[in-house]
Amino acid sequence: MKIGYFPGCSLHGLSREYEESLKAIVAGLDTELVEVDDWSCCGASSAHGASHLLAVTLPARNLAIAEEQGLPEVLAPCAACYARLASARHEIEGDAKLADHVNRILVRDFKNTVKVRSILEVLKGQVATIKAKATNPLKDLKVACYYGCLLVRPVEVTGGYDDPEDPSSMEDICKAAGAVPVKWNRRLDCCGGGMSMSRTGSVVRLSAAILKDAKAAGADAVVVACPMCHSNLDFRQKAMQQRGAWEGDMPVLFLTQVVGLSMGIDPKTLGMGRHFVSTDSVMARTAGTGTGSGTAVAGEVG
Amino acid sequence: MARIGVFVCHCGENIGRTVDCHAVAEGCKDVPGVVHSVDYKYMCSDPGQQMVKKAIEEKGLTGVVVAACSPHMHEKTFRRAAAGAGLNAFLCEMANVREHCSWIHEDREKATVKAVDITRTIVEKVKHNVPLSTIRIPVTRRALVIGGGIAGIQAALDIADGGREVILVEKGPSIGGHMSQLSETFPTLDCSQCILTPRMVEVYQHPRIKLYAYSEVESVEGYIGNFKVTVRRKARSVDESKCNGCGACTQVCPNKKIPSEFDCGLGKRTAIYVPFPQAVPNLPTVDRNKCLLFMNRAKGRPDTCKKCAEACEKGAIDFDQQDRLITEDVGAIVVATGYQLYTIGKDQPKDNLKGYGEYGYGTIPDVIDGLQFERLASASGPTSGKILRPSDGKVPKRIVFLQCIGSRDPQKGMEYCSKICCMYVAKHTMLYHHKVHDGKATVFYMDIRAAGKGYEEFSRRAIEEEGAQYIRGRVSRMWREGDVIKILGFDTLEGEPIAMDADMVVLATAMRPQPGIDVLAQKLSVSYDQHGFINEAHPKLRPVETNTAGIYVAGACQAPRDIPDAVAMASATASKVLGLFANEMLEREPTVARVDEATCAGCFHCERVCAYGAVEHKDIKDRAGNVVRVIAYVNPGVCQGCGTCEATCPSKSVELAGFTDEQIWSEIQALGV
Repeated sequence: MKIGYFPGCSLHGLSREYEESLKAIVAGLDTELVEVDDWSCCGASSAHGASHLLAVTLPARNLAIAEEQGLPEVLAPCAACYARLASARHEIEGDAKLADHVNRILVRDFKNTVKVRSILEVLKGQVATIKAKATNPLKDLKVACYYGCLLVRPVEVTGGYDDPEDPSSMEDICKAAGAVPVKWNRRLDCCGGGMSMSRTGSVVRLSAAILKDAKAAGADAVVVACPMCHSNLDFRQKAMQQRGAWEGDMPVLFLTQVVGLSMGIDPKTLGMGRHFVSTDSVMARTAGTGTGSGTAVAGEVG
Repeated sequence: MARIGVFVCHCGENIGRTVDCHAVAEGCKDVPGVVHSVDYKYMCSDPGQQMVKKAIEEKGLTGVVVAACSPHMHEKTFRRAAAGAGLNAFLCEMANVREHCSWIHEDREKATVKAVDITRTIVEKVKHNVPLSTIRIPVTRRALVIGGGIAGIQAALDIADGGREVILVEKGPSIGGHMSQLSETFPTLDCSQCILTPRMVEVYQHPRIKLYAYSEVESVEGYIGNFKVTVRRKARSVDESKCNGCGACTQVCPNKKIPSEFDCGLGKRTAIYVPFPQAVPNLPTVDRNKCLLFMNRAKGRPDTCKKCAEACEKGAIDFDQQDRLITEDVGAIVVATGYQLYTIGKDQPKDNLKGYGEYGYGTIPDVIDGLQFERLASASGPTSGKILRPSDGKVPKRIVFLQCIGSRDPQKGMEYCSKICCMYVAKHTMLYHHKVHDGKATVFYMDIRAAGKGYEEFSRRAIEEEGAQYIRGRVSRMWREGDVIKILGFDTLEGEPIAMDADMVVLATAMRPQPGIDVLAQKLSVSYDQHGFINEAHPKLRPVETNTAGIYVAGACQAPRDIPDAVAMASATASKVLGLFANEMLEREPTVARVDEATCAGCFHCERVCAYGAVEHKDIKDRAGNVVRVIAYVNPGVCQGCGTCEATCPSKSVELAGFTDEQIWSEIQALGV
């Protein structure tokens, strides 16, 4: 299977481990990622606060390029990119006037034919393969699957691939990887999003509540599919501790890393050492004996 | 030779402002056959009607055309006036120059020309009108009431007290409906059962009411005054003639853990059961889906448990009882099937709708609905009237009520207001305050809709005297932490988010019609809206009639209704039914379709298009009595005169009296096209 790939800025910077682990697992899933040529910003965080037209046109440019490349669908692993691309597609679809305006700005003949897929949607379709390839299943690893605000909402934009208020796709994928999803309450709460710098206090308060609930539910790790969520939940744990909002260390993993570990892929390849909170406790609980530094190898690259 | 009189009405300014009425009267004078043409300010007034009568008498008119408003408005008025002057009423017609002309145009000159044209078409039509006489059909003066809730009970009692026989059919084992489940009723806080159960007994003992409980309407045939109804009397497995209601059978039944429907799942019942102590009729019913004997029979195993039969001294238990079909002739039907409550779970009325995932799809045990709270508050309920939460039986010290759950939410498919929730939530906060003195009741509401006698005062009392905290806003999320329900919401007056803990949450869920209402409505040929509520014939002027003559509607199966509304509607249907039954014969408009027996080929296209089921098959026999042809026959009692059959008939064998092809053709010709 060939699918378009829109990395967005995060996967080339802040969350390189997300891209590393994604690229490591897709080979095993018979999927080829075709990167969108000369891709640009999706407009997340800033554009849609500044100009509605800009917030639609920026993602539309990327979709138009994908269309020209002949890609019927594009995977946007970052939840914010996914939301922007899918929203732009949705808005253009229902508004001929806007579509015309965007085309004039882009100076392209964009037909809006490219479907936008989230990482959950893509991996959900591969659950059987993931299960079959789980040579190193994450037995006994209790995970709290965290969706955040954008992965499954709003349903008009996502097309309803999962229930917006009671989703299950991330749990299904983790189960296929052999992990045990815990039942907890804050799966869909806000982590603070893009306020990490401007209102660190709010992010600390919101993210700490999420981690506490995950811990109370008995989770060994939180699983995310969004660089922003990851940054708030992982990087900000220190700030939470300093402000007395949170004690302990909760490893925060990307969903692709969970799948990669179950496939027995080398932890270093999966970027397990790139987190602020050590993932060693997770490594110790998995069947492999790898460490965050990736010194021990638990399998061949898939 | 036709002698037509034309009477042009100004309707005050309504027509006169846009149409030169005098010019219309003058313009009609030269139409062949018109011998009299005048205009007048208010033709429907007494002097106006006198003008019509006088002209008929003095000029010997053979037809009357009144150029005025829609026939819906005043056709009856002028036909009565014509009849008063000795002219057959159906020789008088309306030319609609108001709705079809003056109200929709601005150019006075053009509108006047159009008004003349409209009037001329009707003049041409009236030339071909023939005298018609009203149809008289016999009436069976017995009524069927479907549904034994408070609306059905009231309708049955009113009709029976009016001297006519009533058949009351109730689906469940007892009459009483939802009202029998309620604790106290707003706005007076009187005990629901105390006012209801005497009425239930009255129904049972009334000499003119035949009660079929645990029965359903199987099929309905016929038409106004002449319905033939088949009722399925479901097998109770108990012989009514032998049972004395001692209750020994229910005491010994070993299967005691079945969630009680009457207690909304909060209490338990046995497999052979009486739904509640005051049930009418006071007869036990075997739930064959839960009875061990029947469960064994379904698996092909021998009968094991017969404890109830052994305990019965009267030998009333009959495991081999079968459903019985009973046919009854009735002249009118009252539909009063009531409501059910919306559930927030994943099973939704339509596939494209979602339940309330943000409230856990109904998985939190201490989140209950309004009827469940009624059972908790009721002295006859599973907790004997103590407010105890279902999960651990503790007294909830913090209780939160959420209004408009499903109602007024287009995404849940229910745009409508359920009407009763504002009031019963106010009542619930009071009942809670009376029983848990140190408890705190909080209500999340969108608006407080307390329109009704004493209603506003009642809801203010809940807030001002009984300590309920009302927060205007919605709850966005609810989840369980330990044994506490966490609530996140928004106060739209303060403009701030709210987080609070609750021990119990009560959802004021939307009212929906009973399941199966669509099937029943189809049996009765009555229409229903997108939610399944039965449509009334006219929202203002015919609120308890359906669009099928002889079938009436009362209570919450028509729209969300509270008890006073349901009772008022029920009494209104009773007065309609008694009015219908006042005469032995029923008069119908003669504008019905008639089939030409000589030319009908029996293709029955008309039967397929008739929305009212008025077309029947008729055998044409030779002298020896052999059937030689089968043709269509329009039952004049059922026909509503819509004309669809006339338009459909390929051999032009159907004619609608008053709207014959000849009449319509003349109208078109008059336009000169």
